[in-house]
Amino acid sequence: MLSLLPIDGVLAVIAAWLSIGICGVFALRRFAFVSRVLFPAGGLVCLALALFALQALFQSPQVAVLPLGLPGLPFHLRLDALAAFFLLVIGGAGAGVSIFAAGYFRQGEGTPPGLLCLEYHVFLASMAMVVLADDAYAFMVAWETMALSSFFLVTANHKVPEIRDAGFLYLLVAHVGAIAILLCFGVLQANTGDYTFANMRAQSLTPFWASAAFLLALFGFGAKAGIFPLHVWLPEAHPAAPSPVSALMSGVMLKTAVYGMVRVSFDLLHLQLWWWGALLLAVGLATALFGVVFATVQSDMKRLLAYSSIENIGLLFAAIGLAVIFNAYGMRALSALALTACLFHVASHALFKSLLFVGTGMVLHATGQRNLGRLGGLVRFMPWVAWLVLIGVLASSGLPPLSGFASEWLLLQTFLFTPGLPHPFLNMVIPVLAAAVALIAALAGYAMVKFFGVVFLGQPREETLREAHDAGWLERIGMLWLAAGCVVLGLLPTQFIVLIDRVTIDLLGWGLGRQVAQTGWLILAPFSVERASFSPLLFFGGVLFCSVLAFLLVRAIYHGHMRRAPPWDCGFAWQTARMQDTAEGFGQPIRQIFEPLLRLERHLPTAADREPRYRVVVGDHSWFRLYLPIAHGVEFLARQVGRLQRGRISIYLLYSFLTLLFMLFLVR
Amino acid sequence: MNALISQLVNLFAAVMLILAFAMLSQRRVITLIHLFAMQGLAVVGATTVVAYVTHQHHLYYSALLTLVLKVFLIPFLLHRVIDRLNVKWDIETLFNIPTQMIVGIGLVIFAFNVSLPIARFSETISRGTLGIALACLLLSFLMMITRAKAVPQVVGFLAMENALFFAATSATYGMPMVVELGIALDVLVGILIMGVFMFQIREQFESLDIRHLEKLKED
Amino acid sequence: MTLSGLLSQCLALVLALVLAPLLTGWVNQWRAWLQNRSGPGLLQPYRMLHKLFNKESVLAESASPFFRAAPYIIFGCMTLACAIIPMLSTDLPLSIAADAIALVGLFAVARVFLSLAAMDIGTSFGSLGARREMLVGFLAEPALLAVLFTASLIANSTALTTIVTSLAHREFAIYPSLAFAGIAFTFVSFAENARVPVDNPATHLELTMIHEALILEYSGRHLALIEWAASLKLFAYSCIGLAIFFPWGIAEAEAPLALIFAIPALVSKLAIGGFLLALIETLSAKMRIFRVPEFLASAFMLAVIGMLVHLLLGV
Repeated sequence: MLSLLPIDGVLAVIAAWLSIGICGVFALRRFAFVSRVLFPAGGLVCLALALFALQALFQSPQVAVLPLGLPGLPFHLRLDALAAFFLLVIGGAGAGVSIFAAGYFRQGEGTPPGLLCLEYHVFLASMAMVVLADDAYAFMVAWETMALSSFFLVTANHKVPEIRDAGFLYLLVAHVGAIAILLCFGVLQANTGDYTFANMRAQSLTPFWASAAFLLALFGFGAKAGIFPLHVWLPEAHPAAPSPVSALMSGVMLKTAVYGMVRVSFDLLHLQLWWWGALLLAVGLATALFGVVFATVQSDMKRLLAYSSIENIGLLFAAIGLAVIFNAYGMRALSALALTACLFHVASHALFKSLLFVGTGMVLHATGQRNLGRLGGLVRFMPWVAWLVLIGVLASSGLPPLSGFASEWLLLQTFLFTPGLPHPFLNMVIPVLAAAVALIAALAGYAMVKFFGVVFLGQPREETLREAHDAGWLERIGMLWLAAGCVVLGLLPTQFIVLIDRVTIDLLGWGLGRQVAQTGWLILAPFSVERASFSPLLFFGGVLFCSVLAFLLVRAIYHGHMRRAPPWDCGFAWQTARMQDTAEGFGQPIRQIFEPLLRLERHLPTAADREPRYRVVVGDHSWFRLYLPIAHGVEFLARQVGRLQRGRISIYLLYSFLTLLFMLFLVR
Repeated sequence: MNALISQLVNLFAAVMLILAFAMLSQRRVITLIHLFAMQGLAVVGATTVVAYVTHQHHLYYSALLTLVLKVFLIPFLLHRVIDRLNVKWDIETLFNIPTQMIVGIGLVIFAFNVSLPIARFSETISRGTLGIALACLLLSFLMMITRAKAVPQVVGFLAMENALFFAATSATYGMPMVVELGIALDVLVGILIMGVFMFQIREQFESLDIRHLEKLKED
Repeated sequence: MTLSGLLSQCLALVLALVLAPLLTGWVNQWRAWLQNRSGPGLLQPYRMLHKLFNKESVLAESASPFFRAAPYIIFGCMTLACAIIPMLSTDLPLSIAADAIALVGLFAVARVFLSLAAMDIGTSFGSLGARREMLVGFLAEPALLAVLFTASLIANSTALTTIVTSLAHREFAIYPSLAFAGIAFTFVSFAENARVPVDNPATHLELTMIHEALILEYSGRHLALIEWAASLKLFAYSCIGLAIFFPWGIAEAEAPLALIFAIPALVSKLAIGGFLLALIETLSAKMRIFRVPEFLASAFMLAVIGMLVHLLLGV
């Protein structure tokens, strides 16, 4: 039998995606073929990728060289444990989203379906290539392809001016970030002229240059991930894209930035300084708090989810920061714990955020509404979507026993057990920051209750919502896959940690796997049972057992009479669905508490208004204080340069002449 | 035995810190004075314990002095003042309390980091107390900054003095008796002068809001 | 899993289910006495539960299955919470299922389900209550976690049984950090159990109510389960507080016979605690809803200061 190395398998998967995309171009307008054949095929290929990645996790790193691109500058590829883990995430989340997408795309929406198919699969392939790349050249090519293909996907509905603007903003920030990453690689290769990652690993930079490389990486990958204050593009671009694409961008693409950050700080750089970790921690927590506060005050469901992604990215960066701090002081066990928490959350966020985004896609299709204020009561008309989204909502709120809680639990453990850090200041501050993480998690719960409660529960706020239809069978399968992932990851964290273990052993020389395996598959105890333990299965079983027992007992004893009646109207007989709390109303307490963080524009009606209207717009300070001044500065400079333009040919000739003279003077 | 003693001093230190935070976030003038008296009591407790351990008799006297002065006499005077001025149930509008507390937490961390090198040299009962004393001092200072009325400012000033006294007893086993007597007298004279001032401000501006003092500035 | 462990586990669970309404009755009775009323009697909550279980359940027309499932889930969560808190003995087989963080997660699950169920009917009261409940929750939850973190840092463990064991064998008589944590915990438990400074359990006035607004649409068996779950929550909170701040009298794994003394110890501690709760409730006035975030944020900050004091003083 032909033995197929995982890296060959992964390359085959990438080739398959590209050919599916090309098939899409040939079937540009044949909607049924694209949606019923090509997208499901892409989903199956995703599954294959996940399997190859799983296989690769347990094998030693494999290398390949692709003779593509410029002569003498081939693509170096390498499939190690870290890459395999991220490929697993791409494959796992991508499979669900692709199958969902097969049922999701409708005819006559902006870009023709075949083109959309091409862009979508090129996007997937480029993400896999980013993770696989082993030299700066291949990495940058894949990175730019990823940015471009996602740009075209964001602007799929390019007839809407807001979507065009969002797309251009995205492209701009992505490229500013890409420049920083390129410069980072330039520093890392240390003037050897060899841009392979193998060479970068061999270099030992001075602390100054290492810090420069780290900061450039933080800027570059941070821009892609949407950390504060480089986040402004994210809440514009993610909601603009079609929902499966939003799901991929939020769930998977952001993780490539996390991948880059981990790759640079733990693999390519040979040393770590503690203040890098402190910086990451501070930036990460600030981002998380910012994201979650903004998520609670949004009234557009996709923007709410986009801000929630910012929050999760912040937590991921904070976890990387902790790992760096511990590694800098040689505390490898704790460093491994922090990195495990980070990678666990990468997988868990990929699943639940994809699930939530595709869920909003279904709502959008069924109702045509993104505004929370015009939705409501959908659990009655689209039960499948509602119940599956509920799983995503619970996971995203960090509630046990779903996947979001498991990663949060690991993260909190890391924060708590830091004594022994040789730095007294960090020793004091880090456990206190655990309280901040708890606050962020609780706020995330608030945002998610708002999201689910306003969209799916209560009375429909518009009459048209009563005609909303439930998901089709392909969409159901896609959502079921993602929801099952959330549940399985939450209930069996120990098994998943054994997979992550390969990555941490590879990068840090330490893994939790052995310790975790010692206490058995039922109990998650990263150190020992006496110190901390959590058993999701027992937990879930306990709640389920008590609830079912209560149900059965009540049923056995109770006479079972039940009557349906109109809800209690408190004596006011003209209750309408518009009297429910709106999204703005639900977010009001948070808006009040965190007012200094937000830029509020409020229009209150006066008593004399014939048609009283209440309007509140929540803006972002960083947009007005940071981005607009920069934009004005650039415009000003451009205008100054614009004075050179005179419109007379002789003056242009004079410019060329003067340039020539100057050059001659220089080379004299 | 010694472990228990150092615990007791630590406990008094923690009580002082709690009271400092409570004063920072208290709106009512009268409760503020109660809190101040309790803080004085904590200082008395700490001083007595230190006196017992180190067998320094003059510390007993200074504890007694503190008790009379800061737990009974000054709160009594303040009560009379607010009675006469009719501000007993005054409520002050404060800037957001949680924000103040976050700033306070920052100050505590800062105070500990500053006092760490000093505390390392001290061989007294408990090393952490110096940091707490410094933190209490800074918190009282913060309270003085954020208050707009005269009486709470006076209380803040006195709380600062409490913190200083606590630092002196816990870190260096007290100052010489002469110095302590001098300080006690100073505080007493200070509060009398401030009392006079408060009446003056009140007569001048019909209010104890010290923001009115801005009017005295030459334009 | 030993036999004595199993025994203490079952005993704790049964005791919690049986005693929880009694604790509520006790607090209400003392409240009445302190306010110069004669009071409904200690057994009133049981009569109430009995009445509700025998009543017809009236369901709103628009209620979805979610609304009907929520009471059972909430009840299940609270029962499990009572099962994992070491109230009688630290020899609890189920305690490995959840540590302090997961316990807070358990309360959060119950809160989220209750809020979502309240939003399900789509009346303005339900969503108002849900909003207020989540507002209390998002500040109280991290405060409770921070309190538990202080204890965890002292015991160097987040497992509840280990925390209680090590606090019961404390070498220090008084932990300054626990003093802060204790005050914060008191604040939090008032908020979480809908007690007077934050919420008034005896009112149906829309301007003030939180808990009652949430459960306005429930009746019959569903209401009975929710009321029982609320009693269990009060019981669980009391037990957490007693176990962390007054851990004496709790039996340990090596001494199964101590279980006999643990029950009267727990009952008398709960009796004193319930009286104090009623006393504080009587002495304080209900605060405006806008003041609640400040109150809870102060609790959060106090708990954080508690952690800080532990880290600074090393005790």
